[in-house]
Formats: sequence, C-alpha cells, structure tokens
Amino acid sequence: MTTTSAPRRVALFVTCLVDLYRPTVGFAAVKLLEQAGCRVEVPETQTCCGQPAYNSGDNATSAELARSVIEAFESYDYTVAPSGSCAGMIRYYPRLFETEPDWQARARALAERTFELMSFLTDVCGMTTVEAGLAETVTYHDSCSGLRQLGVKEQPRQLLQGVRGLRLKEMADAEVCCGFGGTFCVKYPEISGRMVADKADAVAATGATTVLGGDLGCLLNIAGRLKAVGSPVKVRHAAEVLAGMTDRPGLGDPEPG
Amino acid sequence: MTQARSHEFRTRAVQALRDETLKSALARAKDGFVLKRRQALDALPEYEALRDRAVAIKNHTLEYLDHYLERYEEAVIRQGGHVHWAENAEEACRIVVEICRQAGARSVTKGKSMVGEEVGVNDALEAAGMEVVETDLGEYIIQLANEPPSHIIAPAVHKTRGQISDLFHKHHARYGLTEKLVEVPDLVNEARQVLRQKYLDADVGITGANFLIAETGSNIIVTNEGNGDLTNTLPKVHIVTAGIEKVVPTLEDATTLLRLLPRSATGQQITSYTTLSTGPRRPGDPDGPEAYHVVLVDNGRSAMLRDEFREMLRCIRCGACMNHCPVYGAVGGHAYGWVYPGPMGSVLTPLTLGLREAKDLPNACTLNGRCADVCPVRIPLPDLLRSLRHRQFQHQLGTRRARWALRLWAWLAQRPGLYRRVTTLQVRTLRLLGGRRGRLRFLPLAGAWFRGGRVLPAPEGETFMRAWRRRGKNP
Ligand code: SF4
Repeated sequence: MTTTSAPRRVALFVTCLVDLYRPTVGFAAVKLLEQAGCRVEVPETQTCCGQPAYNSGDNATSAELARSVIEAFESYDYTVAPSGSCAGMIRYYPRLFETEPDWQARARALAERTFELMSFLTDVCGMTTVEAGLAETVTYHDSCSGLRQLGVKEQPRQLLQGVRGLRLKEMADAEVCCGFGGTFCVKYPEISGRMVADKADAVAATGATTVLGGDLGCLLNIAGRLKAVGSPVKVRHAAEVLAGMTDRPGLGDPEPG
Repeated sequence: MTQARSHEFRTRAVQALRDETLKSALARAKDGFVLKRRQALDALPEYEALRDRAVAIKNHTLEYLDHYLERYEEAVIRQGGHVHWAENAEEACRIVVEICRQAGARSVTKGKSMVGEEVGVNDALEAAGMEVVETDLGEYIIQLANEPPSHIIAPAVHKTRGQISDLFHKHHARYGLTEKLVEVPDLVNEARQVLRQKYLDADVGITGANFLIAETGSNIIVTNEGNGDLTNTLPKVHIVTAGIEKVVPTLEDATTLLRLLPRSATGQQITSYTTLSTGPRRPGDPDGPEAYHVVLVDNGRSAMLRDEFREMLRCIRCGACMNHCPVYGAVGGHAYGWVYPGPMGSVLTPLTLGLREAKDLPNACTLNGRCADVCPVRIPLPDLLRSLRHRQFQHQLGTRRARWALRLWAWLAQRPGLYRRVTTLQVRTLRLLGGRRGRLRFLPLAGAWFRGGRVLPAPEGETFMRAWRRRGKNP
C-alpha cells in the first residue's frame, strides 16, 4: 500500500451504469482508492461522459457533455472511473474541440489525468496487493476500450492475485468483444446476441464460478446471457472482489432468502 | 459495378446467423487465420518496426500519388506496355471489354482481382459474349456457385467441402467428369484438370495487382496456386486491373510490404508464388504475352485522398481485420452485401456506393478495436467508422427514433438535478419489476435487448449518487 505525504485528490467518475445499476462498484472504487492513499470526492454535477453521442456520430452533443465533465472534474489531481470505456471517452475529449483551442487545452489537461480504476491503482498509486479474500475460481473478461485504448490487461490480474483464496482461470478468447458495444447491443440485437452467447460459452467452459470484468456494460450483457440460460456463474465487477465487497448477489442473481 | 445488396444488411445478417453450415465454416476459418497469424508474428521481432515503415511508405506514396502514378505509367510504356485510366467502374469495364474485343477474344481467364470484383468486369465480359473463367480455386468455386466473394483473400471461405463437392459434380459433368468426388486432393485435382485446358484456350488473361512498382513499371501478385503465372503468361494479352493506390515507389518498398502481407493474411512468411510481370514478351523471351495492358481504376479513391479517409488507401488487402472481427465472424462476408466485407469493407463500401446504400455498415460494429490492432498498416478502422457515423448524423440518415432518444437523453444529462430525479425513479421501477429474481425477462420499449437472447439484470435499487449523498460523504 502506498501513501504519500500530500494525498492525491481524486475525483470519482461514477459512470451512469454504476450509478444506475451497481452502486456497490462505486463504493468499492472509493474504498480501493482510499486504501491507495487517495482523498476521494464525487463531483455532484456529473451525469454521463457523452460516449453514446460520440459513437452515434453526434459530435456536437458529445462536445456539450464533455464541457460539463471538464468543468466538474478539471480542478482535481486525477479523475478515475471504474470503466475503461468511460475513462477512454474522456481521453478522446481533445478530439471534440479541434476548432476550439482553449477548450482543447482543457480537454487535454483532463484527459492526461484520467484513468481507469484498476490501472490507476497499480500504475499511478503503485498498489501491488489488496486486503480481500474470495475462495473461488474466477475468470476475467477483458473489455475492449480498457484493453486496446488504455492498455488494461495485467493490472487487474496483478491485483486479483492478491485476493486470498482466489484462483484465476483464463477463458478462451478473453480479449474478444462480448457484443455489448453501447447502443450496438440494441441496434443489432441478433448479432450482439450471438457474440455474447459465444462469450458466455467461453466463460462456462472454464468451470469458474465467477466471471469478472472492469466495465459494467459488458458485465450486464454477459450476465444477461448467462442468466437467460440458467447459468449459476456469478458476474461481478472486479472492484467488488478487490474491495472485499461481495456480499451482494452477482448481477442478475436473486436476493438470498 | 458489382450489384450491391448492402442495404439489406440487417435481414441478410439475421439469415446468416441462422445458417448452421456457415457457422461451422466461419469458426474453422477464423481459428486457423488467427492462430497462424499469431505464430508468424511471434517469430518476427521486428514486426512493429516493419509496420512503421509500411505506414511511412504508404503515406509518402499517397502524399505524392500523382507523381508516382506518372512515373509508373512512364515505366510501363518504356517496357512496351499500355496504361489506361478508368475514373469509375463503368469506364474500367468498357476499357477491358474493348481490349478483349480488339484481341478477338472469345475466352478470358482471370486471376483473383478484388478490383475486378469491384467494377464487375466478369459481367461486362460475359455481356459482350466472352467466356470468363476464374482460375483462383476459391474464385472458381464461387463463380460456379454464382456468388460474390465472402472474404478478400479466401473468397469461398463460407463453403464447406460437401458444398464444393456438389458444385463440381453438377458443373463438371459437361467435361465428362461425372464421378462424385469428396476428398480435398481429388477436388483440387479435378479443378486443375478443368482449368488446365482453359488456360490453353484463353485469348486474354486478367490479373489484379498487389503492388505496382513506379521505378520499374512491374506489377506484383502473390498467390498460393500459381494460377496467376499461367493467367499472365499463356494468353496473347495480359491485362492488369488495379486500384490507383496500389502503386509504390520501388521494388524495395514492395518487399517491405510483402513481409507483412502474407503473415497478416494467412500466417505464411511468404506465399508460394510471388509473380512479377513487367511489360509484354521481349525478343528472346521463352514465353509471355504479346501485349501488356494496365487499367488503373479510381472509382472513388482520389476523393478519399482529400480527407481522413486517405488512411484507408493504405490498405494492402490482407484480410486480417475481418479475420479478427467478431461481427464478421458471426455473420460472414455475404451479409455486407458487396465485394469488400468486414471492417475494411464497412469503411470502403459506404465511401464507394454512398452512405445511403450502406447505411448499416458503419453502425454494425462495437468499435472494439481489434481490427485496428491487427491491421499491418495501422488503419484506424474504428475511427473511420465513427467518422462515417458522423457524416450519417449530419445527413440525418439515422432513424428518427434513435435521434430523438439521443437528444432527449443528452438534454437530460445536462440537467443534473432533473437527471437525478428521473434516474432515481427509473432505478426504483426496474428494481420493483425485477423483484426477488434480480432480473427482468421483458421491458416495454427495450425489446431489442431481449431479442439478443438475454435477460436484463435488475439494478440494486438506489442510485450511487443518492446513496453517496445519504451517507453524507462529500465534504
Ligand atoms: S484494413 Fe488493414 S487489416 Fe484490413 S485488409 Fe486492409 S490492410 Fe488488412
């Protein structure tokens, strides 16, 4: 665990899916960041990073949303999101202001200090292990934006190694897209359905009892498929496990009792 | 131009998903391509450096494309060949047909040419009364099946051995070959036997080009069957059809690119045949055509030079992007509805045929980025697809419902107070509907989610922002 004399002021970008679906992931992120010696705040005016607009070709709307995010987050040392996809979107902000140098400079300043949670913990805070335990075999799905845009691959695995009792069993094609793709999953549901069915099969083939990932969009998709075919495999954000917050049922699982 | 059915992407994709034969053919092909490429590149430590050089060569050539095309033309003429410029598909076909007519051709053999597919040269020649025979085995198979290619380097990758056996049985009877063959070597031998005579009968041979060399006026094709050599040396006339972006300054540049092309495509270090042809037969040459023509095809390429889509012109047609594309892997090449499938096709088709014809292609992608990762010339395919979406948005080509949904959501997202109230309510409702099961099996207005064979996990019940505030955590 690393602590520095002046604690890093970190703004948590909750992401709209964590806000709506899985607050536990937000609290897990806060806990982990605090363990890494950061002072965490949650800017009140945050809503969405604008990625759905950007990926739909509506650059003007995404620029509008980007401005709000920049204003809300630029005063912190770092911005951290429990999602490679949303952190990746903030890294794209400078592209939205090609004709506005002032905003582009602000966008760049924010982009440079924005990170995905697990890579922030290891690469910036130097965290090497965690205080948590989970006596299970898990497998890990690499989400695309985190993996390819931000280079998140070893970081979550490294941290998971520190979880007592946890065994990691890699699935086939861990790096292949699960078919979520934001609005893609509802624009082309049949294609998306085939992709996530393949992913669910790969998960099941490992014999793991839990599948983890770093992006709630993908995890909702994977859970949606696993639960539709009656699979007992639990689906969680890796932060829940790393923070030792696994009391809740997995995504799409019933409440106990 | 080859007839496009890209506007039918949705229906054809759904049909393809139901096709179990296609599913197994695609799975087999994908695993082979992906694994072999990986092995080839693991044995090439200088891969990244080679990629950088390839990008630099291509970018430089595209920057001075007019210059290198002129040098190339001069060199071809110096070697005794002819160069023709075709602005579009129709012109390209007209030029090819005219050359064949003047040669008095009745029979034409063809090596695999994606540009030939693009402009629809087979149809044009057949309409002019000539017999056209594809000599690449994959192309030959799909020609018999009367289908467009489903992959740019393995055109018949969607066909199973059983289907090929049926096709040969049906079409080879007229050559007196009536035995039904099932083993791969037998099928290949029979195709060879049929094609051998076609090579000898052909008056004109048409090939594509992997590279055109400005300094020497040569063209290079790479094949694994040697069919290119027989196509361009046996007939009296050799016609090369090539896109204008195929030119590179020197032979050395071509060899750099050749180190990447087969490795990215099939995982081979080098293809079985790398064939250079430079002009017609010279006095004393033992073989070669009497006349050598090159048809340089623009067909929308020079327009791409003007903006960000210039990057697409670096494409060396290796097919790695489609081999690694999960959407291509699910629906196969025919769903894309034209000659170029997968990620590169999803960029090229709308640019060539128009955003309206190929409306779905830029959108039928999760932007997962695997294609750009494996592209040997680092084409940022997802960014280009996003740019096409932006163009579509500006031309209001999306559905009205999607536009309104986006607008409403964006409006809400810019009003944090209202956003919190609305999301709080949404989350509570979903939670109630999910009940103790923790999941929803249906939700009005969200039917598409469920059509993907999924349930919807229910939310925890309170938004993070509310819970956070309740705990009074912010200072
Ligand atoms: S876009 Fe890249 S990966 Fe795809 S065919 Fe062209 S060169 Fe190959």
